[in-house]
Amino acid sequence: MLQIIGERINTSRKELQAAVTERNTEYITNDVKQQIEAGASYIDVNAGARIGHEREDMQWLLEVIVPMSSVPLCLDSPDPEILEMAYALVDTPPLINSISLEKERFDTMLPFLKDKVGKEDKECSIIALCMDDHGMPASSFEIYSRAKQLIEELQGIGMAQDNIYIDPLVQPISTDANKGVMVLEAVRGITTKYPAVHITGGLSNISYGLPERRMINRVFLTLMMGAGMDSAILDPLDNKIIAAIRTADMLLGKDNFCMEYLKNVRAGKIVS
Amino acid sequence: MADFTEMKNALVELNSPHLLELVNAALAEGVAADTILNEGLIAGMDIVGEKMENEDLFIPEVLMAAQMMSQAVEILKPLLGEESSAAGGRVVIGTVKGDLHDIGKNLVAMMLESSGLTVHNLGVDIAPEEFINQIKQHNADIVCLSALLTTTMPMMKKTIEAVRGAGLRDQVKIMVGGAPVTQAYAEEIGADRYASDAGSAARAAKALVAAGKNA
Repeated sequence: MLQIIGERINTSRKELQAAVTERNTEYITNDVKQQIEAGASYIDVNAGARIGHEREDMQWLLEVIVPMSSVPLCLDSPDPEILEMAYALVDTPPLINSISLEKERFDTMLPFLKDKVGKEDKECSIIALCMDDHGMPASSFEIYSRAKQLIEELQGIGMAQDNIYIDPLVQPISTDANKGVMVLEAVRGITTKYPAVHITGGLSNISYGLPERRMINRVFLTLMMGAGMDSAILDPLDNKIIAAIRTADMLLGKDNFCMEYLKNVRAGKIVS
Repeated sequence: MADFTEMKNALVELNSPHLLELVNAALAEGVAADTILNEGLIAGMDIVGEKMENEDLFIPEVLMAAQMMSQAVEILKPLLGEESSAAGGRVVIGTVKGDLHDIGKNLVAMMLESSGLTVHNLGVDIAPEEFINQIKQHNADIVCLSALLTTTMPMMKKTIEAVRGAGLRDQVKIMVGGAPVTQAYAEEIGADRYASDAGSAARAAKALVAAGKNA
Protein backbone atom coordinates (compact mmCIF):
# COMPACT_ATOMS: atom_id res chain seq x y z
CA MET A 1 0.00 0.00 0.00
CA LEU A 2 1.20 3.48 -0.82
CA GLN A 3 2.45 5.33 2.25
CA ILE A 4 0.86 8.77 2.21
CA ILE A 5 2.79 11.64 3.77
CA GLY A 6 0.14 14.27 4.53
CA GLU A 7 1.43 17.68 3.45
CA ARG A 8 -1.18 20.01 4.95
CA ILE A 9 0.66 21.16 8.10
CA ASN A 10 2.81 23.65 6.25
CA THR A 11 2.93 27.36 7.09
CA SER A 12 3.22 28.26 3.41
CA ARG A 13 -0.53 27.44 3.28
CA LYS A 14 -2.36 30.64 4.06
CA GLU A 15 -5.07 29.36 6.42
CA LEU A 16 -2.66 27.13 8.25
CA GLN A 17 -0.23 29.98 8.74
CA ALA A 18 -3.03 32.10 10.23
CA ALA A 19 -3.87 29.24 12.63
CA VAL A 20 -0.21 28.96 13.65
CA THR A 21 0.14 32.71 14.14
CA GLU A 22 -2.98 32.73 16.33
CA ARG A 23 -1.85 29.57 18.14
CA ASN A 24 -5.19 27.98 17.22
CA THR A 25 -4.80 24.48 18.68
CA GLU A 26 -8.19 23.24 17.56
CA TYR A 27 -7.59 24.07 13.89
CA ILE A 28 -4.34 22.10 13.90
CA THR A 29 -5.67 19.04 15.74
CA ASN A 30 -8.73 18.91 13.45
CA ASP A 31 -6.59 19.10 10.37
CA VAL A 32 -4.28 16.32 11.60
CA LYS A 33 -7.25 14.12 12.54
CA GLN A 34 -8.77 14.54 9.09
CA GLN A 35 -5.50 13.66 7.39
CA ILE A 36 -5.14 10.50 9.46
CA GLU A 37 -8.74 9.45 8.82
CA ALA A 38 -8.16 9.96 5.10
CA GLY A 39 -5.23 7.52 5.22
CA ALA A 40 -2.06 9.47 6.00
CA SER A 41 0.82 7.25 7.21
CA TYR A 42 2.90 10.28 8.20
CA ILE A 43 2.04 13.89 8.98
CA ASP A 44 4.57 16.31 7.51
CA VAL A 45 5.23 19.34 9.71
CA ASN A 46 6.84 22.36 8.05
CA ALA A 47 7.06 25.69 9.86
CA GLY A 48 9.45 27.41 7.45
CA ALA A 49 7.27 30.07 5.86
CA ARG A 50 7.22 32.69 8.61
CA ILE A 51 10.78 33.81 8.22
CA GLY A 52 12.46 34.26 11.59
CA HIS A 53 9.77 32.28 13.46
CA GLU A 54 10.52 28.74 12.32
CA ARG A 55 11.86 27.53 15.67
CA GLU A 56 8.97 28.70 17.85
CA ASP A 57 6.34 27.73 15.25
CA MET A 58 7.81 24.24 14.88
CA GLN A 59 8.00 23.79 18.63
CA TRP A 60 4.40 24.90 19.14
CA LEU A 61 3.11 22.70 16.29
CA LEU A 62 4.88 19.65 17.71
CA GLU A 63 3.62 20.32 21.23
CA VAL A 64 0.10 20.31 19.77
CA ILE A 65 0.46 17.39 17.35
CA VAL A 66 2.69 14.87 19.16
CA PRO A 67 0.22 14.06 21.98
CA MET A 68 -2.75 13.55 19.65
CA SER A 69 -1.34 12.00 16.46
CA SER A 70 -1.68 8.24 16.06
CA VAL A 71 0.78 8.22 13.16
CA PRO A 72 4.46 9.22 13.12
CA LEU A 73 5.58 12.65 11.94
CA CYS A 74 7.68 13.82 9.06
CA LEU A 75 9.90 16.63 10.36
CA ASP A 76 10.41 19.07 7.52
CA SER A 77 13.18 21.67 7.77
CA PRO A 78 16.51 22.41 6.12
CA ASP A 79 17.98 23.44 9.49
CA PRO A 80 19.61 20.65 11.57
CA GLU A 81 19.27 22.71 14.78
CA ILE A 82 15.54 22.93 14.32
CA LEU A 83 15.41 19.26 13.41
CA GLU A 84 17.37 18.44 16.57
CA MET A 85 14.81 20.32 18.67
CA ALA A 86 11.95 18.66 16.78
CA TYR A 87 13.50 15.21 17.13
CA ALA A 88 13.66 15.65 20.90
CA LEU A 89 9.93 16.44 20.99
CA VAL A 90 8.60 13.41 19.08
CA ASP A 91 7.97 10.05 20.71
CA THR A 92 7.84 7.77 17.66
CA PRO A 93 10.52 7.22 14.98
CA PRO A 94 10.22 10.23 12.66
CA LEU A 95 10.82 10.64 8.96
CA ILE A 96 13.20 13.54 8.30
CA ASN A 97 12.59 15.82 5.31
CA SER A 98 15.30 16.06 3.93
CA ILE A 99 18.90 15.53 2.84
CA SER A 100 20.30 16.10 -0.66
CA LEU A 101 23.67 16.01 -2.40
CA GLU A 102 23.98 19.80 -2.24
CA LYS A 103 27.27 19.98 -0.38
CA GLU A 104 26.25 22.34 2.40
CA ARG A 105 23.03 20.50 3.13
CA PHE A 106 24.67 17.10 2.88
CA ASP A 107 27.52 18.03 5.22
CA THR A 108 25.19 19.45 7.89
CA MET A 109 22.56 16.70 7.69
CA LEU A 110 24.85 13.67 7.69
CA PRO A 111 26.13 14.13 11.27
CA PHE A 112 22.56 14.70 12.47
CA LEU A 113 21.48 11.38 10.94
CA LYS A 114 24.57 9.46 11.99
CA ASP A 115 23.91 10.41 15.58
CA LYS A 116 20.41 8.85 15.43
CA VAL A 117 21.45 5.49 13.92
CA GLY A 118 20.73 2.64 16.34
CA LYS A 119 18.54 4.74 18.69
CA GLU A 120 16.22 1.97 19.72
CA ASP A 121 12.87 3.73 19.99
CA LYS A 122 13.56 6.68 17.73
CA GLU A 123 15.54 5.57 14.69
CA CYS A 124 15.16 8.17 11.93
CA SER A 125 14.10 7.57 8.38
CA ILE A 126 15.19 10.09 5.80
CA ILE A 127 13.86 11.61 2.59
CA ALA A 128 16.82 12.02 0.23
CA LEU A 129 16.43 14.40 -2.71
CA CYS A 130 18.20 13.71 -6.02
CA MET A 131 19.45 17.30 -6.05
CA ASP A 132 23.09 18.36 -6.14
CA ASP A 133 25.05 21.58 -6.56
CA HIS A 134 24.44 21.46 -10.33
CA GLY A 135 20.68 21.68 -9.76
CA MET A 136 17.80 19.46 -10.79
CA PRO A 137 18.62 16.16 -12.50
CA ALA A 138 18.46 16.37 -16.29
CA SER A 139 18.13 12.69 -17.23
CA SER A 140 17.02 9.29 -15.91
CA PHE A 141 20.64 8.38 -15.52
CA GLU A 142 21.33 11.47 -13.41
CA ILE A 143 18.40 10.69 -11.12
CA TYR A 144 19.56 7.09 -10.82
CA SER A 145 23.21 7.91 -10.15
CA ARG A 146 22.35 10.56 -7.55
CA ALA A 147 20.00 8.10 -5.83
CA LYS A 148 22.76 5.50 -5.84
CA GLN A 149 25.22 7.93 -4.30
CA LEU A 150 22.72 8.97 -1.61
CA ILE A 151 21.84 5.36 -0.76
CA GLU A 152 25.51 4.35 -0.53
CA GLU A 153 26.41 7.35 1.65
CA LEU A 154 23.45 6.73 3.97
CA GLN A 155 24.20 3.02 4.20
CA GLY A 156 27.77 4.05 4.94
CA ILE A 157 26.68 5.67 8.22
CA GLY A 158 24.68 2.58 9.11
CA MET A 159 21.20 3.42 7.85
CA ALA A 160 19.04 0.55 6.62
CA GLN A 161 17.65 0.68 3.06
CA ASP A 162 14.17 0.44 4.55
CA ASN A 163 14.74 3.80 6.28
CA ILE A 164 15.70 5.61 3.06
CA TYR A 165 13.07 7.41 0.98
CA ILE A 166 14.43 8.61 -2.35
CA ASP A 167 12.73 11.63 -3.92
CA PRO A 168 13.58 11.56 -7.65
CA LEU A 169 12.30 15.17 -8.04
CA VAL A 170 9.37 15.35 -10.40
CA GLN A 171 9.65 18.22 -12.91
CA PRO A 172 7.05 19.96 -15.09
CA ILE A 173 6.00 18.16 -18.24
CA SER A 174 4.85 21.51 -19.66
CA THR A 175 8.40 22.60 -20.41
CA ASP A 176 9.69 19.24 -21.64
CA ALA A 177 7.43 16.44 -22.84
CA ASN A 178 9.93 13.78 -21.68
CA LYS A 179 9.98 14.70 -18.00
CA GLY A 180 7.38 12.05 -17.15
CA VAL A 181 9.21 9.19 -18.84
CA MET A 182 12.50 10.41 -17.38
CA VAL A 183 11.31 9.95 -13.78
CA LEU A 184 9.41 6.73 -14.46
CA GLU A 185 12.52 5.09 -15.95
CA ALA A 186 14.68 6.24 -13.06
CA VAL A 187 12.24 4.87 -10.48
CA ARG A 188 12.22 1.47 -12.23
CA GLY A 189 16.00 1.46 -12.15
CA ILE A 190 16.31 2.43 -8.48
CA THR A 191 13.69 -0.04 -7.22
CA THR A 192 15.22 -2.87 -9.26
CA LYS A 193 18.69 -2.27 -7.82
CA TYR A 194 17.57 -1.38 -4.27
CA PRO A 195 14.27 -3.20 -3.63
CA ALA A 196 14.04 -2.21 0.05
CA VAL A 197 14.53 1.51 -0.58
CA HIS A 198 11.35 3.60 -0.73
CA ILE A 199 10.48 6.10 -3.44
CA THR A 200 8.56 9.19 -2.42
CA GLY A 201 8.09 12.83 -3.38
CA GLY A 202 5.61 15.49 -4.30
CA LEU A 203 3.87 14.93 -7.61
CA SER A 204 2.16 18.21 -8.35
CA ASN A 205 5.24 19.67 -10.08
CA ILE A 206 4.45 17.41 -13.04
CA SER A 207 1.38 19.50 -13.91
CA TYR A 208 2.87 22.98 -13.43
CA GLY A 209 1.78 25.30 -16.24
CA LEU A 210 -1.08 23.12 -17.46
CA PRO A 211 -4.85 23.23 -16.88
CA GLU A 212 -6.79 20.56 -14.94
CA ARG A 213 -3.74 19.82 -12.83
CA ARG A 214 -5.37 17.32 -10.49
CA MET A 215 -6.22 15.06 -13.41
CA ILE A 216 -2.56 15.01 -14.46
CA ASN A 217 -1.40 14.52 -10.87
CA ARG A 218 -3.50 11.48 -10.19
CA VAL A 219 -2.88 9.74 -13.49
CA PHE A 220 0.84 10.34 -13.06
CA LEU A 221 0.73 9.00 -9.51
CA THR A 222 -0.72 5.70 -10.69
CA LEU A 223 1.98 5.45 -13.37
CA MET A 224 4.61 6.15 -10.70
CA MET A 225 3.12 3.47 -8.47
CA GLY A 226 3.37 1.04 -11.39
CA ALA A 227 7.05 1.97 -11.72
CA GLY A 228 7.69 1.28 -8.03
CA MET A 229 6.86 4.45 -6.10
CA ASP A 230 5.53 3.33 -2.71
CA SER A 231 5.08 6.64 -0.91
CA ALA A 232 3.97 10.14 -1.86
CA ILE A 233 3.75 13.58 -0.30
CA LEU A 234 0.26 14.92 -0.98
CA ASP A 235 -2.98 16.30 0.42
CA PRO A 236 -4.90 13.31 1.79
CA LEU A 237 -8.11 15.35 1.81
CA ASP A 238 -8.10 15.28 -2.00
CA ASN A 239 -10.68 12.47 -2.31
CA LYS A 240 -10.09 11.79 -5.96
CA ILE A 241 -6.37 11.19 -5.60
CA ILE A 242 -7.00 8.89 -2.64
CA ALA A 243 -9.56 6.95 -4.69
CA ALA A 244 -6.99 6.60 -7.49
CA ILE A 245 -4.37 5.39 -4.98
CA ARG A 246 -6.65 2.74 -3.44
CA THR A 247 -7.63 1.50 -6.89
CA ALA A 248 -4.02 1.40 -8.08
CA ASP A 249 -2.95 -0.45 -4.90
CA MET A 250 -5.54 -3.11 -5.73
CA LEU A 251 -4.47 -3.37 -9.35
CA LEU A 252 -0.83 -3.73 -8.29
CA GLY A 253 -1.69 -6.76 -6.12
CA LYS A 254 -1.42 -4.98 -2.77
CA ASP A 255 -5.02 -5.40 -1.68
CA ASN A 256 -5.91 -8.98 -0.77
CA PHE A 257 -9.38 -10.01 -1.90
CA CYS A 258 -9.84 -6.36 -2.95
CA MET A 259 -10.94 -5.68 0.62
CA GLU A 260 -9.74 -2.06 0.90
CA TYR A 261 -11.16 -1.19 -2.49
CA LEU A 262 -14.58 -2.61 -1.62
CA LYS A 263 -14.56 -1.03 1.81
CA ASN A 264 -13.87 2.37 0.27
CA VAL A 265 -16.54 1.91 -2.41
CA ARG A 266 -19.11 1.04 0.26
CA ALA A 267 -18.06 4.09 2.27
CA GLY A 268 -18.73 6.23 -0.80
CA LYS A 269 -15.05 7.15 -1.11
CA ILE A 270 -14.49 5.56 -4.50
CA VAL A 271 -16.92 6.45 -7.27
CA SER A 272 -16.26 6.15 -10.97
CA MET B 1 1.55 46.23 -47.39
CA ALA B 2 2.25 43.20 -45.25
CA ASP B 3 -0.66 41.92 -43.21
CA PHE B 4 0.56 41.96 -39.63
CA THR B 5 -2.81 40.85 -38.27
CA GLU B 6 -2.49 37.60 -40.13
CA MET B 7 1.12 37.24 -39.02
CA LYS B 8 0.17 37.77 -35.39
CA ASN B 9 -2.68 35.31 -35.75
CA ALA B 10 -0.38 32.69 -37.28
CA LEU B 11 1.86 33.00 -34.23
CA VAL B 12 -0.98 32.91 -31.69
CA GLU B 13 -2.59 29.93 -33.51
CA LEU B 14 0.79 28.16 -33.61
CA ASN B 15 0.67 27.75 -37.36
CA SER B 16 4.39 27.55 -38.03
CA PRO B 17 4.47 26.99 -41.83
CA HIS B 18 2.04 29.86 -42.39
CA LEU B 19 4.05 32.22 -40.18
CA LEU B 20 7.25 31.53 -42.11
CA GLU B 21 5.34 31.94 -45.39
CA LEU B 22 4.07 35.34 -44.27
CA VAL B 23 7.50 36.49 -43.10
CA ASN B 24 9.06 35.51 -46.42
CA ALA B 25 6.22 37.12 -48.36
CA ALA B 26 6.62 40.38 -46.42
CA LEU B 27 10.35 40.44 -47.13
CA ALA B 28 9.66 39.80 -50.83
CA GLU B 29 7.29 42.77 -50.80
CA GLY B 30 10.13 44.88 -49.48
CA VAL B 31 8.96 45.34 -45.89
CA ALA B 32 11.91 46.13 -43.62
CA ALA B 33 13.08 43.28 -41.37
CA ASP B 34 12.87 45.57 -38.31
CA THR B 35 9.23 46.30 -39.09
CA ILE B 36 8.40 42.61 -39.45
CA LEU B 37 10.14 41.88 -36.18
CA ASN B 38 8.41 44.64 -34.22
CA GLU B 39 4.96 44.81 -35.74
CA GLY B 40 4.54 41.15 -36.61
CA LEU B 41 6.57 38.88 -34.34
CA ILE B 42 7.06 40.91 -31.15
CA ALA B 43 3.50 42.23 -31.33
CA GLY B 44 2.34 38.63 -31.80
CA MET B 45 4.33 37.46 -28.78
CA ASP B 46 2.77 40.28 -26.75
CA ILE B 47 -0.61 38.71 -27.48
CA VAL B 48 0.78 35.29 -26.59
CA GLY B 49 1.97 36.76 -23.27
CA GLU B 50 -1.44 38.27 -22.55
CA LYS B 51 -3.15 35.00 -23.37
CA MET B 52 -0.74 33.23 -21.05
CA GLU B 53 -1.64 35.65 -18.25
CA ASN B 54 -5.34 34.96 -18.84
CA GLU B 55 -4.74 31.20 -19.03
CA ASP B 56 -6.00 31.05 -22.60
CA LEU B 57 -2.61 29.67 -23.60
CA PHE B 58 -0.45 27.33 -21.53
CA ILE B 59 3.29 26.90 -21.14
CA PRO B 60 3.80 24.26 -23.87
CA GLU B 61 1.97 26.50 -26.34
CA VAL B 62 3.99 29.53 -25.28
CA LEU B 63 7.19 27.53 -25.75
CA MET B 64 6.07 26.51 -29.20
CA ALA B 65 5.24 30.11 -30.11
CA ALA B 66 8.68 31.20 -28.92
CA GLN B 67 10.30 28.47 -31.00
CA MET B 68 8.34 29.62 -34.04
CA MET B 69 9.38 33.18 -33.37
CA SER B 70 13.05 32.28 -33.22
CA GLN B 71 12.75 30.38 -36.52
CA ALA B 72 11.29 33.51 -38.07
CA VAL B 73 14.00 35.68 -36.49
CA GLU B 74 16.62 33.40 -38.08
CA ILE B 75 15.24 34.42 -41.48
CA LEU B 76 15.34 38.11 -40.53
CA LYS B 77 18.69 38.10 -38.73
CA PRO B 78 20.98 38.87 -41.68
CA LEU B 79 18.77 41.86 -42.51
CA LEU B 80 18.33 43.33 -39.04
CA GLY B 81 20.11 46.47 -37.91
CA GLU B 82 22.49 45.94 -35.01
CA GLU B 83 20.66 48.15 -32.53
CA SER B 84 17.20 46.85 -33.26
CA SER B 85 16.86 44.69 -30.17
CA ALA B 86 18.96 46.66 -27.67
CA ALA B 87 16.58 49.55 -28.27
CA GLY B 88 13.98 47.56 -26.33
CA GLY B 89 16.01 47.58 -23.11
CA ARG B 90 18.67 45.44 -21.48
CA VAL B 91 17.84 42.86 -18.85
CA VAL B 92 19.98 40.80 -16.50
CA ILE B 93 18.14 37.80 -15.03
CA GLY B 94 19.13 35.04 -12.63
CA THR B 95 18.12 32.83 -9.72
CA VAL B 96 19.55 34.12 -6.45
CA LYS B 97 22.41 32.52 -4.53
CA GLY B 98 21.57 29.25 -2.80
CA ASP B 99 18.70 28.47 -5.16
CA LEU B 100 19.10 26.09 -8.08
CA HIS B 101 15.67 26.32 -9.71
CA ASP B 102 15.62 27.51 -13.28
CA ILE B 103 12.46 26.48 -15.11
CA GLY B 104 10.30 29.49 -14.26
CA LYS B 105 13.22 31.89 -14.57
CA ASN B 106 14.05 30.54 -18.04
CA LEU B 107 10.44 30.96 -19.13
CA VAL B 108 10.54 34.59 -18.02
CA ALA B 109 13.86 35.09 -19.86
CA MET B 110 12.37 33.61 -23.00
CA MET B 111 9.26 35.81 -22.86
CA LEU B 112 11.35 38.93 -22.22
CA GLU B 113 13.54 38.08 -25.18
CA SER B 114 10.50 37.40 -27.37
CA SER B 115 9.08 40.77 -26.44
CA GLY B 116 12.11 42.52 -27.86
CA LEU B 117 14.35 42.98 -24.82
CA THR B 118 18.02 42.01 -24.80
CA VAL B 119 18.33 39.36 -22.10
CA HIS B 120 21.43 38.16 -20.28
CA ASN B 121 20.42 34.98 -18.50
CA LEU B 122 23.02 34.38 -15.79
CA GLY B 123 21.69 31.00 -14.65
CA VAL B 124 21.13 29.78 -11.09
CA ASP B 125 22.86 30.28 -7.71
CA ILE B 126 23.99 33.81 -8.59
CA ALA B 127 25.70 35.79 -5.82
CA PRO B 128 24.83 39.48 -5.28
CA GLU B 129 28.32 40.53 -6.42
CA GLU B 130 27.83 38.67 -9.69
CA PHE B 131 24.52 40.43 -10.32
CA ILE B 132 26.32 43.72 -9.73
CA ASN B 133 29.16 42.83 -12.13
CA GLN B 134 26.68 41.88 -14.82
CA ILE B 135 24.52 44.97 -14.34
CA LYS B 136 27.65 47.09 -14.84
CA GLN B 137 28.98 45.04 -17.73
CA HIS B 138 25.75 45.14 -19.73
CA ASN B 139 24.62 48.56 -18.56
CA ALA B 140 21.33 46.89 -17.63
CA ASP B 141 18.01 48.71 -17.40
CA ILE B 142 16.35 45.91 -15.43
CA VAL B 143 17.52 43.12 -13.18
CA CYS B 144 15.16 40.18 -12.58
CA LEU B 145 15.63 38.04 -9.46
CA SER B 146 14.06 34.60 -9.07
CA ALA B 147 13.67 32.49 -5.91
CA LEU B 148 11.65 29.29 -5.59
CA LEU B 149 12.21 28.57 -1.91
CA THR B 150 11.12 30.32 1.26
CA THR B 151 14.68 29.74 2.46
CA THR B 152 16.22 31.66 -0.45
CA MET B 153 13.73 34.54 -0.59
CA PRO B 154 15.80 36.58 1.91
CA MET B 155 18.68 36.41 -0.60
CA MET B 156 16.55 38.59 -2.89
CA LYS B 157 16.53 41.22 -0.20
CA LYS B 158 20.30 40.91 0.25
CA THR B 159 20.82 41.22 -3.50
CA ILE B 160 18.72 44.38 -3.64
CA GLU B 161 20.67 45.80 -0.70
CA ALA B 162 23.92 44.99 -2.48
CA VAL B 163 22.69 46.75 -5.65
CA ARG B 164 21.87 49.78 -3.52
CA GLY B 165 25.24 49.54 -1.78
CA ALA B 166 27.02 49.52 -5.14
CA GLY B 167 25.28 52.78 -6.05
CA LEU B 168 23.36 51.17 -8.93
CA ARG B 169 19.84 51.39 -7.55
CA ASP B 170 18.93 54.52 -9.54
CA GLN B 171 20.21 53.04 -12.79
CA VAL B 172 18.43 49.72 -12.64
CA LYS B 173 14.82 48.65 -12.06
CA ILE B 174 14.36 45.48 -10.04
CA MET B 175 11.76 42.79 -10.73
CA VAL B 176 11.20 39.73 -8.53
CA GLY B 177 9.27 36.49 -8.93
CA GLY B 178 9.04 32.81 -8.02
CA ALA B 179 6.43 30.55 -6.43
CA PRO B 180 6.66 31.77 -2.79
CA VAL B 181 7.17 35.45 -3.71
CA THR B 182 4.22 37.83 -3.32
CA GLN B 183 3.44 41.45 -4.16
CA ALA B 184 3.67 42.24 -0.45
CA TYR B 185 7.11 40.67 -0.16
CA ALA B 186 8.30 42.52 -3.27
CA GLU B 187 7.24 45.81 -1.68
CA GLU B 188 8.77 44.89 1.66
CA ILE B 189 12.21 44.30 0.15
CA GLY B 190 12.06 47.37 -2.09
CA ALA B 191 11.69 45.78 -5.52
CA ASP B 192 10.05 47.81 -8.29
CA ARG B 193 7.82 45.05 -9.63
CA TYR B 194 6.50 41.61 -8.82
CA ALA B 195 5.28 39.37 -11.63
CA SER B 196 3.36 36.14 -11.12
CA ASP B 197 3.97 34.61 -14.55
CA ALA B 198 6.17 35.01 -17.63
CA GLY B 199 3.49 36.86 -19.60
CA SER B 200 2.96 39.56 -17.00
CA ALA B 201 6.74 39.76 -16.41
CA ALA B 202 7.25 40.67 -20.07
CA ARG B 203 4.52 43.32 -19.90
CA ALA B 204 5.93 44.76 -16.66
CA ALA B 205 9.48 44.84 -18.04
CA LYS B 206 8.42 46.71 -21.16
CA ALA B 207 6.47 49.18 -19.05
CA LEU B 208 9.50 49.77 -16.82
CA VAL B 209 11.77 50.37 -19.82
CA ALA B 210 9.24 52.76 -21.38
CA ALA B 211 8.87 54.64 -18.08
CA GLY B 212 12.66 54.86 -17.81
CA LYS B 213 12.93 56.42 -21.27
CA ASN B 214 10.29 59.01 -20.52
CA ALA B 215 11.87 59.92 -17.20
